[in-house]
Amino acid sequence: MWQDELRCIYHIAEKDMRTYYLKPPAVSWGIVFPVAWTLAFYLRNPQDFAELVPGLIAMTILFSTTAAEAVVINFELRLGSLERLLLAPVSAESVLLAKVLGGFAFGALMTLVVAAGCIIGLDLHPDYLGLFTISTLSLLAFSSLGALVSVSVKEVFEAQTLLNLPRFIMIFLCGVVYPVSAMPEALQVLAKFLPLTYTVSGLRSALAGGTPYLWWDSLALLAFLAAFIFPAMRLLGKKFE
Amino acid sequence: MNTPPVIQANDLTKRYEDLVAVDRISFDVSEGEIFGLLGPNGSGKSTTIRMLVGLSRPSGGRATILGRDILSGMIEAKKQIGVVPDISNLYDELSARENLLFMARLYGVPKALQEQRADDLLRAFGLYERKEGKFGSFSRGMKRALTIAAALIHEPRILFLDEPTVGLDVVAARSLRNLISNLRAQGLTIILTTHYLEEADHLCDRIAILVKGKIVSIDTPERLKSLARGRLSIEFTFSSGISKLMDDLSERLSDSEVALLDESRVRIYGDDPQRIFREAFRFSEDHGLGLEAANSVFPSLEDAFVRITGLSPVVMLKEKGGK
Repeated sequence: MWQDELRCIYHIAEKDMRTYYLKPPAVSWGIVFPVAWTLAFYLRNPQDFAELVPGLIAMTILFSTTAAEAVVINFELRLGSLERLLLAPVSAESVLLAKVLGGFAFGALMTLVVAAGCIIGLDLHPDYLGLFTISTLSLLAFSSLGALVSVSVKEVFEAQTLLNLPRFIMIFLCGVVYPVSAMPEALQVLAKFLPLTYTVSGLRSALAGGTPYLWWDSLALLAFLAAFIFPAMRLLGKKFE
Repeated sequence: MNTPPVIQANDLTKRYEDLVAVDRISFDVSEGEIFGLLGPNGSGKSTTIRMLVGLSRPSGGRATILGRDILSGMIEAKKQIGVVPDISNLYDELSARENLLFMARLYGVPKALQEQRADDLLRAFGLYERKEGKFGSFSRGMKRALTIAAALIHEPRILFLDEPTVGLDVVAARSLRNLISNLRAQGLTIILTTHYLEEADHLCDRIAILVKGKIVSIDTPERLKSLARGRLSIEFTFSSGISKLMDDLSERLSDSEVALLDESRVRIYGDDPQRIFREAFRFSEDHGLGLEAANSVFPSLEDAFVRITGLSPVVMLKEKGGK
């Protein structure tokens, strides 16, 4: 029954948060790295820190959600602990969803800290509904991306290495530090196929008080979420066929 | 009136591309029974269990657990079964008590009962004093005990035990076997896989012997052992090592089977005891081995296993070394 599935999803996500996420390595990867990266760009051009805020929040979302996904999936697969979860009265799809929600919850916490610090510190007046919508969809999409990469490989290090590829490509091509419009045309086309582009664009709109384009960004992120989470569910199920 | 079996498997099959891991096996398990799946590594024991508990999808055939089909009704069936996999796979980072409470929550044990049940199990398994100790810091025997306790937290009707004593020392293994006997006394149905023949003999009401994915025999240990009667096995103990002379001894007793038990002991299976004794004495004298003892051994489940499966006793003895 769906109540059983929801109960299991909640307890698995809560266990993952306590066991893996709220630990120094995940916190440093999820928050220290984006802050340090942004600080480097700020020191280069200290006049306009507010311009960097959408990129900082976007990076926090990207890195915090994917910080421990490889651990919660590949490490548990290796130890047999993931199998232990599947012995409970819960489907493989719900176990995968629980893993995604663990990353989502940790990412939301880190994003809240960074976003609140920026909004209060720089006296910004964002469109809160837009900010919430873009952040939530992005957190879910990137946590699902982490899950998809993790279930596609066997080892923790393989997942971490493979995840670094989209993470670093997206930092440079999605408008985090350089506007997409300033890039060569071919890279602008490529940026359209990367989810972080829509996160940065959506956050920029929301922090500017909201624009109609924000909802297009939301729809794009929803499509990426579906493109990541359903194959990840299928792949996890297949591992146990 | 006969109660329906709690587990029914009909032509259950598992294929991995060209490999048939489980080949159309059929069996029933009655309530309160300890049913053993016995066989060498790769015989399909664990794959059978994995299909029955929902971790692997059968390629063919059908099985039910408490009347529920394992394909369509597995989630509901899982509420009534406890599973102890062949590895102790609880969470290293969580304490013994936290692990049990996490399992209680997953299985929907009512909140008011969770702590009481966890503490009762910790006491029953002798782990209460270490309840705050992290699972990762436990000895192999303690990990095994806690893994079994975790499988019992929701009071299942059926318990699946996959190689429960592999890797345990003698004392821990004996204590675990006593525990399994106690669980049966409480009315639990237990499905046990093992490649320890003594364990199956000691614990099981019925045993299915699997070889290369097929069940070659199902019966009580006593009936299986009776199949080996009429075939003698004799154990010889020498004062010197015999392992390097095994080929010579096997050649001399070419109509018998010779198994090395340890450096100075062999067991010989055959139909002509006089010839076995005579040749063994001569062999000892020829090589100056110093024969210390010769005992005829009552047919064991091991003898039955060897006779039924046709596997060499040496293979079985190697299996005892563990996976």
